[in-house]
Amino acid sequence: MIDLPWLTTLVVVPFVGALVVWGLGATRARTRVRGVALAFSLVEVVVLVAAITQFDTSRAQEFQLAETASWIPSIGASWALGVDGVSLLLVALAVGLVPLVIGAAWKENLTPDGGLGRTGTYLVLVLLLEAFMVTVFAARDVFLFYVVFEAMLIPVYFMIGGFGQGARRRYAAVKFLMFSLAGGLVMLAAVIALYLQGPGGDQGFLTDNLTGLALDETTGRLLFCGFFLAFAIKAPLFPVHSWLPDAAQSAPAGTSALLVGVLDKVGTFGMLTLCLPLFPEASRWAAPVVLVLAVVSILYGAIMAIGQSDIMRLVAFTSVSHFGFIVLGIFAFTSLSVTGSSLYMLNHGISTGALFLLAGFLVARHPRRSQRIADYGGMQKVAPVLAGTFLVAGLSALSLPGLSTFVSEIMVFLGTFARHEPLALVATLGVVLAALYVLLTYQKVFTGAVPEGLETLPDLGHRERWVVAPLVAGLLVLGLYPAPALDVLRDPAQQTLTAVGVEDVAVDLPAAGPDETTSDDTTATHDGSDQ
Amino acid sequence: MTTFFAPTVDWAYLAPLVVVLGAGVVGVLVEAFVPASARRATQLALALVALVAAIVLVGTLWTDVTDQGYVDVLGGALRLTVTTLGIQAVVLVLALVAVLVVADRSADGLDAFAPTAAAVPGSPYEELARRKGLVQTEVFPLTMFAVGGMMIFGATIDLLTMFVALEVLSLPLYVLTASARRRRLLSQEAALKYFLLGAFASALFLFGTALLYGATGSVNLEAIAEALAQGGAGGPTAGMTGMVVVAVLLLLAGVLFKVGAVPFHVWTPDVYQGAPTPVTGFMAACTKAAAFGALVQVALYVGTGLQAGAPDTFRALEVALCVVAVASMVVGTVVALPQTDIKRVLGYSAIAHTGFVLVAVLGLLGRPTPEAGVDALGAVVFYVLAYGLATIGAFAVVTLVRESDGARDGVVLGEATQIRQWSGLGRRSPWLAGLFALFLLSMAGIPLTAGFIAKFGAFRAGVDGGFAWLAVVGVLASAVAVFFYVRIVVIMFFADAPADDDAAPRPDGDALVPDVPVRAVRPRAPVLVALVLCALGVIGLGVFPAPVLNLLG
Repeated sequence: MIDLPWLTTLVVVPFVGALVVWGLGATRARTRVRGVALAFSLVEVVVLVAAITQFDTSRAQEFQLAETASWIPSIGASWALGVDGVSLLLVALAVGLVPLVIGAAWKENLTPDGGLGRTGTYLVLVLLLEAFMVTVFAARDVFLFYVVFEAMLIPVYFMIGGFGQGARRRYAAVKFLMFSLAGGLVMLAAVIALYLQGPGGDQGFLTDNLTGLALDETTGRLLFCGFFLAFAIKAPLFPVHSWLPDAAQSAPAGTSALLVGVLDKVGTFGMLTLCLPLFPEASRWAAPVVLVLAVVSILYGAIMAIGQSDIMRLVAFTSVSHFGFIVLGIFAFTSLSVTGSSLYMLNHGISTGALFLLAGFLVARHPRRSQRIADYGGMQKVAPVLAGTFLVAGLSALSLPGLSTFVSEIMVFLGTFARHEPLALVATLGVVLAALYVLLTYQKVFTGAVPEGLETLPDLGHRERWVVAPLVAGLLVLGLYPAPALDVLRDPAQQTLTAVGVEDVAVDLPAAGPDETTSDDTTATHDGSDQ
Repeated sequence: MTTFFAPTVDWAYLAPLVVVLGAGVVGVLVEAFVPASARRATQLALALVALVAAIVLVGTLWTDVTDQGYVDVLGGALRLTVTTLGIQAVVLVLALVAVLVVADRSADGLDAFAPTAAAVPGSPYEELARRKGLVQTEVFPLTMFAVGGMMIFGATIDLLTMFVALEVLSLPLYVLTASARRRRLLSQEAALKYFLLGAFASALFLFGTALLYGATGSVNLEAIAEALAQGGAGGPTAGMTGMVVVAVLLLLAGVLFKVGAVPFHVWTPDVYQGAPTPVTGFMAACTKAAAFGALVQVALYVGTGLQAGAPDTFRALEVALCVVAVASMVVGTVVALPQTDIKRVLGYSAIAHTGFVLVAVLGLLGRPTPEAGVDALGAVVFYVLAYGLATIGAFAVVTLVRESDGARDGVVLGEATQIRQWSGLGRRSPWLAGLFALFLLSMAGIPLTAGFIAKFGAFRAGVDGGFAWLAVVGVLASAVAVFFYVRIVVIMFFADAPADDDAAPRPDGDALVPDVPVRAVRPRAPVLVALVLCALGVIGLGVFPAPVLNLLG
């Protein structure tokens, strides 16, 4: 085992990259910023792969590659990083998406004469955000988590407000920031109060030191609410979701991919790894309300998605619906549903990332950069590769068996059904609606008559194909063979349930599989558990 | 904790103060004897050297004071503890940065102060006065006197010394406020308001001191605390509960005026707007630091005494301070929202910040023993340092954004303080706008800036002292405050720059403010150094605050 602070390296590489790109912007070599930024993001991928090889999958519920250093001892904060199976996959998702986002933004932000314009600044923000994303998923210290949770908002704020499209981008950026900060600041009060309930001292903010505290009922519930509000806004859960469609509509496609694909996972990730273990009693107390909100999110997001005329808003609303599934699975408290939700976070990141990037490519082809669905039609004839990949990503979003989201969605359904039959049944409607919004959109945009002026639009170029290919591959691989991912997710889920203190409800998996693909998947699941 | 009584004056502990006040006195002599051409350079060098020397001297005292717990000079006329020494250090560091801004002439080769009271800005007479060397270098000795007063104000437990210090720090500020080179009427009006209200507050403070003396027989806070601790029945304050309450409230009113807390805040926006901007930065940062030093002393001793002797009165005091804290946070943030002048926005935000620090002060009061409140004291000192750096930096940027006559290198006029005039600054001067955004984000308390650690410390002290609800009010007020800070960032970065040749008045334009071209002046040596110091401080204290927090205990 190579003794290197892997996680700190994963934070430092993009941070140094951001500084280098920033420095280059002031020199003659500024034409190279794109290449340098991409190189840093690829080096990061290599470091990640090396780190994964050091990760012992048989102990996935433990925090590995851990490192703890004193940071601000007088307030009890430490630089403490470590990953279990869930955080490792989310770190991987973040690290994997960044090069694709950089690739997608290759020709964005150019000046009319082909100059680089403010591309450098955008790339600095992307790399900075990457450093923050890795830190937030790997943080094992509540203070560190909070600091990064809030600090992340600033680069995203500038990415939306400074580089977005449309007249509403300023409004969207401010709305995003205000929603997030309002939740975050309430969480700050809860963070402080939690520390004072804990053992205190130089390392009083370590998650381990704050888990299993004997909180009195009222305190625990109030603190839970403080944390949960911030995560619900981030996730976003109905009724505090309304910033997301505006942000996604106005942000550059790459930003939306990172924002919805990765950043918003911090919300569900926080629920899973902070809310549940830190406040078990309060989590059980709040579960009924949260479950209902989750189901409302599923249906509301899906119905709103059907009614959207803007393609970016549409994808945003589908995400509201999908986040509902994730939250449903987490708070259903069965090992199957929690494992499913963990996997869903990964799958949703890939499929939504793909949808946003592809929608971005589509919009970039339109002469007026229109995001209105009605301005398109028949694009399948004009750009078949674009249409095909969009269809794959869309089918994954509607949980077609064989594509990745299906596996996680069926796990969430089965797990939830075992404990809350009515809720699971109502949530199933979300799948029907998903088919509606995905297929209707595909029909309107990619089939039918080509509107005037769009007949000669180019199909995806080499760069764009390279950006999309890994995502499509991810959807297929995780759809057909999710066992490796499930292996590292199952034990953490089990551990979380033990922490919450609820009895797992066993689900008779093979009998529940509605078709062959499912049985394949679940067999894989069993294989994993036998090891 | 060992007790140390100095039989004679121990000059070592007074050394920082002597250096600063001495530099002020020498500065006055420089005005008289040094030829006009060399006067400004001499004054600036003198002030900077004195401040640096004083910082070094404070540093040498540090381990001595922490080892002994506290050191009394002249029977409490100066009581040096980690906290009061910390306040002195903060005042000195902030003053050093502020003097650099005061000395700046980047904009048009002139400083921000009127050469003579009668000179109309930009007039031939003024040009003549400038060529004759009629520059107002008195600002430097005046600043040094104010700094000296602040160093005493925050570090004494003798109420009479505190009063004298209050006057020593206030009088130079009144003069400095009145001396703006541009918008002189506004400046003089501000000074008059500041003076009248300040005199009123001083009178209240003095009256409170007299009543407390009447009730307890001493002006020394420690003796007062002892007398109060013996309680109303049979103790020295028997039958005088009402008088004690009035006395304490009057005393607090005097100090709360200086920190700019609601309802003693009405001067803040006017004075911040009217004073020459470098002075505003100095005043906002350093006065607040010193005044919180004094407030902490008063609250700590009077609070401890009352808590032991008259719990009911102590409750009343807590309630009064809670009301002040909530009102400051709410009024500061809500009234800042509709402001259109950047200096006024910063003025109202100063009021809100006062409310945030008061949460920490209340947290201090809520502790069972004063010793348990070390972290609260440290939180107050850290907060004023973090706030001060961001404030001086922000006002320094304000001095650089000027109206001009439109020509590329044309005449630079007064400061463009209307927020809408800053539109598009981020595209034209990304560095300057970036720095300003950094300072605003720090004031907003965004993590990885000093402002966040400061706010965290203040709220933690509050929650730890049993005022969790105040911390919740505080975080909600912070959320609202973010809105007006971010509004400025939006205008600077996300709005499109108004075309420079577009002279037509806009339909929504404020009739009183004609559309004048705005340009950001390139910062030169002194102000550039100040900006870099502030930025490094804001980021450094935000990412690695541990060394400073350890120093403060």
